[in-house]
Amino acid sequence: MSHTPFACTSPSDEKAMLDAVNAKSFDDLFDLIPADFQTDSFNVPDGLSEMEMMQHIRKIARKNSSDLTNFCGAGFYDHFIPAAVDSLTSRGEFFTAYTPYQPEAAQGTLQAAYEYQTAIARLTDMEVSNASLYDGGTALFEGMMMALRITKRNRVLVDTGVSPIYRTMLRSYTRNLKIEYQEIPLSGGVADRAAFKAALTTDVGAVLIQNPNFFGCIDDLTDLIEDIHAVKAISVLSAYPVSLGLIKTPGAMGADIVTGEGQSLGLPLSFGGPYLGFMATRKKLVRNMPGRIVGATTDDQGRRGYVLTLQAREQHIRREKAASNICTNMQLCALRSIVYLSLMGKHGFADVARQCMDRAGYAWTRLKAIPGVEPLFDRPFFNEFALKLPKDASEVVSDLIEEGIAAGFPAGRYYEGMENVLLFAFTEKRTKKEIDILAAKLEAVL
Amino acid sequence: MKLIFEKSSPGRGGVRIPEDRISPEEMVPSELLRGELAELPEVSESEVVRHYTKLSRLNFSVDTHFYPLGSCTMKHNPRACEKAAAMPELCETHPLWPQLRHGGLLTQGSLQILYNTERLLSEITGLAEFTLQPLAGSHGELTAVMMMAAYHRDRGNHKTHIIIPDSAHGTNPASAALGGYDVVTVPSDASGDMDIDLFKAALNDETAGVMLTLPSTLGVFNPRVKEIIDAVHAVDGLMYYDGANFNAIMGRIKPGELGFDLCHLNLHKSFSTPHGGGGPGTGPVGVCEKLRPYLPISRVAKTKDGTYTLDYDQPKSIGYIAPFYGNFSILVRAYAYLLMLGREGLRGTSDRAVLNANYVQEKLRPHFAAVTPGRCLHECVFSGKSLGEGVHTLDLAKALLDRGYHAPTIYFPLNVPEAIMIEPTETETKETLDAFCADMIEIAELSKTDPDALHNAPVTTPVGRLDEVAAAKNMDLVYMD
Ligand SMILES: Cc1ncc(COP(=O)(O)O)c(C=O)c1O
Repeated sequence: MSHTPFACTSPSDEKAMLDAVNAKSFDDLFDLIPADFQTDSFNVPDGLSEMEMMQHIRKIARKNSSDLTNFCGAGFYDHFIPAAVDSLTSRGEFFTAYTPYQPEAAQGTLQAAYEYQTAIARLTDMEVSNASLYDGGTALFEGMMMALRITKRNRVLVDTGVSPIYRTMLRSYTRNLKIEYQEIPLSGGVADRAAFKAALTTDVGAVLIQNPNFFGCIDDLTDLIEDIHAVKAISVLSAYPVSLGLIKTPGAMGADIVTGEGQSLGLPLSFGGPYLGFMATRKKLVRNMPGRIVGATTDDQGRRGYVLTLQAREQHIRREKAASNICTNMQLCALRSIVYLSLMGKHGFADVARQCMDRAGYAWTRLKAIPGVEPLFDRPFFNEFALKLPKDASEVVSDLIEEGIAAGFPAGRYYEGMENVLLFAFTEKRTKKEIDILAAKLEAVL
Repeated sequence: MKLIFEKSSPGRGGVRIPEDRISPEEMVPSELLRGELAELPEVSESEVVRHYTKLSRLNFSVDTHFYPLGSCTMKHNPRACEKAAAMPELCETHPLWPQLRHGGLLTQGSLQILYNTERLLSEITGLAEFTLQPLAGSHGELTAVMMMAAYHRDRGNHKTHIIIPDSAHGTNPASAALGGYDVVTVPSDASGDMDIDLFKAALNDETAGVMLTLPSTLGVFNPRVKEIIDAVHAVDGLMYYDGANFNAIMGRIKPGELGFDLCHLNLHKSFSTPHGGGGPGTGPVGVCEKLRPYLPISRVAKTKDGTYTLDYDQPKSIGYIAPFYGNFSILVRAYAYLLMLGREGLRGTSDRAVLNANYVQEKLRPHFAAVTPGRCLHECVFSGKSLGEGVHTLDLAKALLDRGYHAPTIYFPLNVPEAIMIEPTETETKETLDAFCADMIEIAELSKTDPDALHNAPVTTPVGRLDEVAAAKNMDLVYMD
């Protein structure tokens, strides 16, 4: 066997090929590169066999604990994934293909992307969707940039109910751009209507909101979006897709651009990625939308087929004037999500949303009954809510980890003055019994 | 083929959810709920499986076809890497656990894999430190541009633009612009390298940096790269290495040692993580010592007692560029691949990738107009101008599909008319390359004798040439029933 794993040429092939290109050795092939640019000094270990590599990684992987009962969400959720999602998306015809640049040779990827776009449009109640972006945070940034491009303005208002992780990203990204970035603090757990009204001057181009917000509260943002439209600004709403199985849609509230994290649609938590940024909008804004878009068309014999379309927005054509720099996106993750949504189906998906909400509702009653525990906001929520504990939430989390429970996410990590606030998340995977145990153990450590 | 939505029938369902119902005491008011359920398909599991299995068979892929798509490094994706990444301990960890107090202990394995991968990439590129957070190549470029801006701000430099050769990938100028810089494009000279005189004319005190792809998108190594680097450093500019073509020089050249200050690698190219039909990729960025303080947070750190933690205390950092630590499960695949290659395998891989490209170049040179007179590296570029009259590179590409090959990259780089960019990679046999070249030559001959046969291609694919103009005009982007 050749000492180069996965290469396919035999020593005699290599000799014949080197002869054919007039080279005596492999080194000869690199003779146009000055010798002093080249080095053999690499402190990299010798290659491992497949068996040794698996042993090595398995040993490291075992240092992770994956058998915790998880109530930690904060935008990233532990949902059930049907087996067929893995099985279908691990078909080599899907995962070893490149971006569908030759549409006749990529109808599988392209049709699945068109189906995905359809599903996202239907979930969000919007007219069009792109084929994916990197993640919910970069999608929100792209949505903001899209709004500023359309309005030709440079002021942005951001509700602090938007995930603090995403707001931290937005602050990094806007640092070098001529963008005026302003955050508007929540009021009573939801967007502060009066503060927004006061800040909504005619130089505001984009307003960023999230529903359910970081604290899990759900709201009808129709009135706020009307106020945004009154100054001809654009609303960018970040949504949690599972909630859209049941709650009022961004489309119904009049949102202009909808973005979000698609991880909950059939993607494992995987320690942070790969995830799936989605974006939907109104048809009239689509020429300013970033990312790849798949469209239906016909071939010379009138057969339906799919292509990458509206490419005049993209970097390979527009270069520095493109709508975004994105090239490689998250196509396989989008495929996972359309397979997931097809498997769950219209009623199954709504049922998942219902179960998440009901479990959170049950836990709410149980947990707030514990002496010393109080709700942070008394507002309707979807699958997550925040409680004020009588002691430091990080300490409580640390104590419960010892008991095999990841109890939640301490809001104090990102919000000043919330050291005692803990955010609890519930999915269809958490049972009544697990919630009862959480309540008992929480009470015991307080 | 019908859409999954067209197969829907009321009352059919896929997956059953447990009946463990809980009724909460307080209900969400109905005005906060959606009026009607989203019209997702109502189909059984068997229909879903058959539908997507059939769709998959409409694709060309590395598993099924030779896929010499230039600048994309369509190499074989080893199955062991898939298996390693699928370990439940690695898939089921919540990314926020290590941010909980004592939560770091729950994810020591994941953190160790990140740490080890960073160390390996640093060693391979000769750069001091890596961030694995960027979610694709282009995102790595933007991350790097943001670090350039932070460096110049810190130094009190007034910098306005980034210089980029015209042969660069479109993401380079797009990322520079998104990072707040003007873009100055420098044309290529006859050999395909950035024109050195025009470059020097463009360089001044306001140059923040230069983004160079090496080997270039023509598959050639700019021999004057040191001269460029020195000139850029003389104005306190930064040299950026676009490593999308790293498969040419692994185990042989360290960009950091040449003097590059930043670089991104496309692990979904050189390090064999699958492309997924367009992602997920991952685009780690390495930096030299002086740029270390600007790396995005968090940083993975190893403590004195040998445990791993996340460090957020980096006051000069550009901040968060991704929600967490990168596309973790893709990084596991790359780590597994690197472990299997080892030191010798790295060099052996690039040697064979370059041999295969040169072999194809020499076999095709008598029949096609090669762009470079001499050796190429990992890919070879031709112009389709030598095809018969009225036959274009697009026709050649479609004819290749009929012969069972994915087409090369076409019409890129933009500075080559009718470009045909072939990147065979090291994971192809001599027989495959011979057969491919024979078919290429046959097509070149056909372009002169029977051009219509090429204009009509492809005829063996599930659809023929699709009307892209109508697609853009009609904007049928979602299904309406
Ligand atoms: C030379 C070059 N640079 C950058 C990129 C961008 O990488 P990505 O598609 O991962 O964003 C690519 C490939 O697409 C490329 O070929």
